[in-house]
Amino acid sequence: MYACGPMSDRTTLTRRGLFRGVSTAAILTGCVNKSNETGTQTPGVDDASAPGEIGPDAASVRFTLNGKPAEAKVEPRTTLLDALRIDLHTTGAKLVCDRGSCGACTVLVDGMQRNACMTLAHDVAGREVTTVEGLASGGELSALQKAFVEHDALQCGFCTSGMLVSCAGLLRRTKGQTLTERDVKAAIAGNICRCGTYPHIVAAVLDAAESKGA
Amino acid sequence: MERFSIVRLATLKETSARVAEGAGERVIRAGGIDLLDRMKEGLEAPTELVELQSIGGEEGTALRGASEKDGGWRLGALVTLGQIAAMTDLPKAYRALQVAAGEAATPGIRNAATLGGNLLQRPRCWYFRHQDMVCLKKGGDMCYAQTGDHRYHAILGAGPSWIVHPSSTASPLLALDASVEIWDGKASTRTVPIADLFALPTVDPEREHTLSPGEILLSVQLPAPVADQRSAYATAKEKQSQDWPLAEASVRLSMRGGKMSQVRVALGHVAPIPWRAKEAEAILEGKTPSADLFVEAAKAATSPAKPLAGNAYKVPLTHGLLRQALHEATGLAEA
Ligand SMILES: Cc1cc2nc3c(=O)[nH]c(=O)nc-3n(C[C@H](O)[C@H](O)[C@H](O)COP(=O)(O)OP(=O)(O)OC[C@H]3O[C@@H](n4cnc5c(N)ncnc54)[C@H](O)[C@@H]3O)c2cc1C
Ligand code: SF4
Ligand code: FES
Ligand code: FES
Repeated sequence: MYACGPMSDRTTLTRRGLFRGVSTAAILTGCVNKSNETGTQTPGVDDASAPGEIGPDAASVRFTLNGKPAEAKVEPRTTLLDALRIDLHTTGAKLVCDRGSCGACTVLVDGMQRNACMTLAHDVAGREVTTVEGLASGGELSALQKAFVEHDALQCGFCTSGMLVSCAGLLRRTKGQTLTERDVKAAIAGNICRCGTYPHIVAAVLDAAESKGA
Repeated sequence: MERFSIVRLATLKETSARVAEGAGERVIRAGGIDLLDRMKEGLEAPTELVELQSIGGEEGTALRGASEKDGGWRLGALVTLGQIAAMTDLPKAYRALQVAAGEAATPGIRNAATLGGNLLQRPRCWYFRHQDMVCLKKGGDMCYAQTGDHRYHAILGAGPSWIVHPSSTASPLLALDASVEIWDGKASTRTVPIADLFALPTVDPEREHTLSPGEILLSVQLPAPVADQRSAYATAKEKQSQDWPLAEASVRLSMRGGKMSQVRVALGHVAPIPWRAKEAEAILEGKTPSADLFVEAAKAATSPAKPLAGNAYKVPLTHGLLRQALHEATGLAEA
C-alpha cells in the first residue's frame, strides 16, 4: 500500500531545458485522436483511440513491439504485461507487484515510461511498445547495456530490465544533453532494486550518456 | 480481475449516458491507475470500462488540452500529471501545482495518471483497500481505522470516517483558488469552486466527491494570478518516491511592498478533504513575513486538530511543512 522507494524524484521545474518541458501546443498535438486517420485499419484492433466495443471475450490487438508488428488475441482484462509475457513470449518485463509500485514491468509506450502491469493490452493498439528486448540491435548490446555490465550495475537482476528501459527512455529523451546524477535518480524513481544497485546504475547511465546514448 | 468489456464512445453525451444507465456496473476510465488497482484488489468488478480517452472532436481536444484565457488557465481532465509537471508555459504563479504534480507517484504512473482521475481517486486507507474489510465507507457499520492502525489517517475534519484525501494535486489547486467544470451528462456544464467537489464523511461516509453517476469532470480552471502572486508546495513522505504523502502544505499569496495579501493556505493528507486553514490565513494576511509569524500561523492552522492515538506526529509535521511553504513562497528563505 505505502510501497517503498528510496530514490529522489524531484523533477523538471528547475531544469526545464534538460527534460524538454512541453508547451501546451505539444500536449495537444501529442494526443490527437487518430480515429479519422486510419482508413484501411480496423478500429479497436489497430487504434486504441477509435470508437468501438471490445470484449468481454478475447479480441485481437495489433501494435509495434520492438520495431516489429505484433498481434495478440486477448480479453480486455489482460494487462499489457501479461500479453507480452504470456501471449507474445517477450518475458523481459517482469511481474513483481502488479500494482504500479515497483517498476519491474517498465516498458516504453511511444517513447514514454509506462508500467505494463497497470496498462491494458488493448490500450496500446496502434502504438509502439519497447521492452528490454528492443534495446540491443543485431545481437549487439546497446551502449547502456554494456555500461551496466562494466559498472556491475546488477546483482540478482530482477529489477534490471525495468531499470534499463527507464534509463534508455531517459537517454533517448535527452540525447546530446549533459546529464547529472539527479536526472538519473529522477528517471529511476519508479524502479525499486532490493539489492541496492542504485549507485552503480547511476554511474553506468552517466557513462553511457557521455559515450553513445541508449 | 473479473471479465469486463472496454467501451469506447466518441462523444461526451454517449459516454455519460452509457455510465448513468448502468451505474455500479459501468465505470468511467481515464488513466485507469486507481480503477485497475481497485479491480485487482477485488473491491469492484465492473462489467464495462467506459473510456474517456476515445472522446473525439472538439470535446476530446478540450479534455486532453491546456489553454490560456485572459491570464487564467484551463487544464483538461485528461492532461496527465507528467504533462503538468513538464509544461513550460504555465505561469510561475502556479508553481505549487507543478511541483505537486511532479512529485506525486513515479515517472511511469505520472505518464498515465490524469488530473481528473487524480482528484477522483478513492482513498488509500488500508482497511478500505482490503477486500474483506467492510468498513463504514463500504456500507459497514464501523470505521476500523479509528481504533485500529491509523498512522496515515486524518487529524482534521474527520469522523465518522478517518480517511485522508489521497490526491496530491487537490491541496495546491485549493490554494490556487481553482474551479472545476462538470458536465451533467445531458446538456449543461457547471463550474464550481474546487472545494465544492469534495465532501466530508459527515455528508456521506461512502463518497469523497459530489459527482453523480454519469457526470464527467471536464477541466480544472485556474484563475488569472493575482498581482505579484507566488505559490509553494511542501510535502513529506516516508520514502522520497512511490509513496502518497504523509502531509502536505500549499500556499498562495501576493507579495507587495514587503507585505503578504490574498493569502490562501491549504493542507493535504491531513483531512478527508483538501483542508483550507483559514485560521492561518487570518494571521498572515496584510503582515510582513517573518519566521516567528510563520510559527504562529502554523500553530493556528492545526488548532482545530484532533489527532488519534497513532497519528499525532502529523501535527508538528504539518507545522514544519507549512512553515517551509511560507518561507519558499515569500522568498524569506530559498527553497
Ligand atoms: C505507486 C503509486 C504511487 C502513487 N503516489 C501518488 C501520490 O503521491 N499522489 C497522488 O495524488 N497519487 C498517487 N498515486 C495515485 C495516482 O496518482 C492515481 O491513481 C491517478 O492519478 C488516478 O488517475 P487516473 O487517470 O489513472 O484515474 P482512473 O483510475 O482512470 O480514475 C479514478 C476514478 O475517477 C473516475 N474518473 C476519472 N476521470 C474522471 C472524469 N474526468 N470524470 C468523472 N470521473 C472520472 C473513475 O471512474 C475512477 O473511479 C500513486 C499511484 C501509484 C500506483
Ligand atoms: S477511515 Fe474510512 S475507509 Fe478507513 S476504515 Fe475508517 S471508514 Fe473505512
Ligand atoms: S509489476 Fe511492479 S510496477 Fe508493474
Ligand atoms: S539487482 Fe536485485 S533487485 Fe535490483
